[in-house]
Amino acid sequence: MSVTTPTSGSGQESDRATTSTKDERVASVSLTNRLIVRPEIGAALGALVVFLFFSVITEQFLTLSGVATWLDDASTLGIMAIAVALLMIGGEFDLSAGVMTASTALVTALLATQAGLNVWLALLLSLVFALAVGGFNGWLVMRTGLPSFIVTLGTFLALQGLNLGVTRLVTGTVQVSGMRATEGYESAGMLFASTFSIGGQPFRVSVLWWILLTVIAAFVLVKTRFGNWIFAVGGAPTSARAVGVPLVRTKILLFMTTAFAGWVVGSINILRFASVQANQGIGLELQFIIAAVVGGCLLTGGFGSAVGAAIGALIFGMARQGIVYAQWNSDWFMLFLGIMLLSAVLVNNALRRRAERVRR
Amino acid sequence: MSTPLIEVRNIGKTYGNVIALRDVSTEVRAGEVTCVLGDNGAGKSTLIKILAGVHQHDQGEFLFEGKPVRFSSPREALDAGIATVYQDLAVVPLMSVWRNFFLGAEPKKFGFMLDGRKGRETTKRALAEMGIDLRDVEQPVGTLSGGERQCVAIARAVHFGAKVLILDEPTAALGVKQAGVVLRYVAQARDRGLGVVLITHNPHHAYPVGDRFLLLKRGAPLGNYTKAEITLAELTRQMAGGAELEALEHELRGVQTS
Repeated sequence: MSVTTPTSGSGQESDRATTSTKDERVASVSLTNRLIVRPEIGAALGALVVFLFFSVITEQFLTLSGVATWLDDASTLGIMAIAVALLMIGGEFDLSAGVMTASTALVTALLATQAGLNVWLALLLSLVFALAVGGFNGWLVMRTGLPSFIVTLGTFLALQGLNLGVTRLVTGTVQVSGMRATEGYESAGMLFASTFSIGGQPFRVSVLWWILLTVIAAFVLVKTRFGNWIFAVGGAPTSARAVGVPLVRTKILLFMTTAFAGWVVGSINILRFASVQANQGIGLELQFIIAAVVGGCLLTGGFGSAVGAAIGALIFGMARQGIVYAQWNSDWFMLFLGIMLLSAVLVNNALRRRAERVRR
Repeated sequence: MSTPLIEVRNIGKTYGNVIALRDVSTEVRAGEVTCVLGDNGAGKSTLIKILAGVHQHDQGEFLFEGKPVRFSSPREALDAGIATVYQDLAVVPLMSVWRNFFLGAEPKKFGFMLDGRKGRETTKRALAEMGIDLRDVEQPVGTLSGGERQCVAIARAVHFGAKVLILDEPTAALGVKQAGVVLRYVAQARDRGLGVVLITHNPHHAYPVGDRFLLLKRGAPLGNYTKAEITLAELTRQMAGGAELEALEHELRGVQTS
């Protein structure tokens, strides 16, 4: 008897001895079967539905300015969502991701406006700060073995307190402004907060960041050994360690990736608005996780996709702006979000059962 | 006769004041299967953990290819060529067969990229060489049966150049048919010139593939036989407790008649 796994329960066990028939059998797996195991397929269908829906019922949604608006909304969320997705595939959460976007913006703004540093230098120091916090999150989670949910909840609260406390201490208010007068604001703004034009309609450069980072994340996840390790440390950490995957290093790097994304978004925000509120970013961490889950990431780790998370963010942006264009009360957005999340989780669950089904 | 791959002489291990293993001697030769049999707590795990480098012996001698060794980590044992397939198999269920096959030793392209094509082709070939016919190496390992997963783990060890393959209860959780399949791959690994250590408590699984049988009981050797020296019936009798079982039978008979 040869060892085979019929994916569709066919009864032809006996004639599978030769290897030459192998490719024919692969071809026999239907296209739907192939697609359904892609983590992002549910999100892609959802995005299509949302897109068509608002395109039909509103005037502005499909105009260039409409597209520019919801792409912009989706972009900063998407940059975070893909990093959070990588971390989730690696089996961990980062609740401090939302407030990190404010912390990095505050560090940049305080260094530039109060300490008088060049914006580029302030950005660099802010990046160092972000990577240090991310590294600390990862180190603490790995060192203590505590759930990252709790550890990063701690960092979340601590950063929130620091943001408010330090800002009030230095400026006497709960916001930092005056970025426009700082040295290097214009040139740094080119990188993070400029616009580019398509058909006369300006688009935010953050959209390009979003696309670029999605491509990089997807590439790393699927095409590199580090990506292989991300899936492994999320799917079965002990097994991964047993075959020589550097578990601790992989996870710490993932936490640092989330912090890096927080720095990118923080930089985009501070250079676009030229001021930052100390209480920004709170509550966003759940949106990132929702986008990642809608995009096909399993909460338990080991499965998911960066492209899916980007699409999850796109659904978010389209729905949030679509509801505005449709002139509905924005309360409906939460209802939509809840339904979206529940259906995504149900689909994910079914997929995982399919993947983990054991035949004896 | 050539030097055995592994030879242990009067090897022993204590944890604090608990004697986990004492005076155990056996050998593993290339192209042979050494079966380690024993009930729970007999010392099987301690013995293989010494061989696999997880623990170190504190009595006796452990020779690998004729030279005394003392592995300080599983990695060291693996580098020397002793691969261990544990019961949990060290596979990631949600990952594809080929990604699992190469996990931790991924084929690289341009220094950092994963060479997917090479990975898939090598996996397919390595599995085919072991006589394992998987329809698709892209399917998640979780969709395989327990026996198939075991086979993938064995093929992985063989592919990465193991000289000695230690299998920890590979048939324990399997049905009759699947156990038969796994035993076939054990034989396959043996025929490819590996020395195999098969840990089991089922003499019916050990006898057909084994060349040498080490019976353990409460950390001490109960017997060490080559296949020519023992029959399946005798092996089973000794495993089941032999004389003790007969005494128990008498006792039970006494209960029934009274």
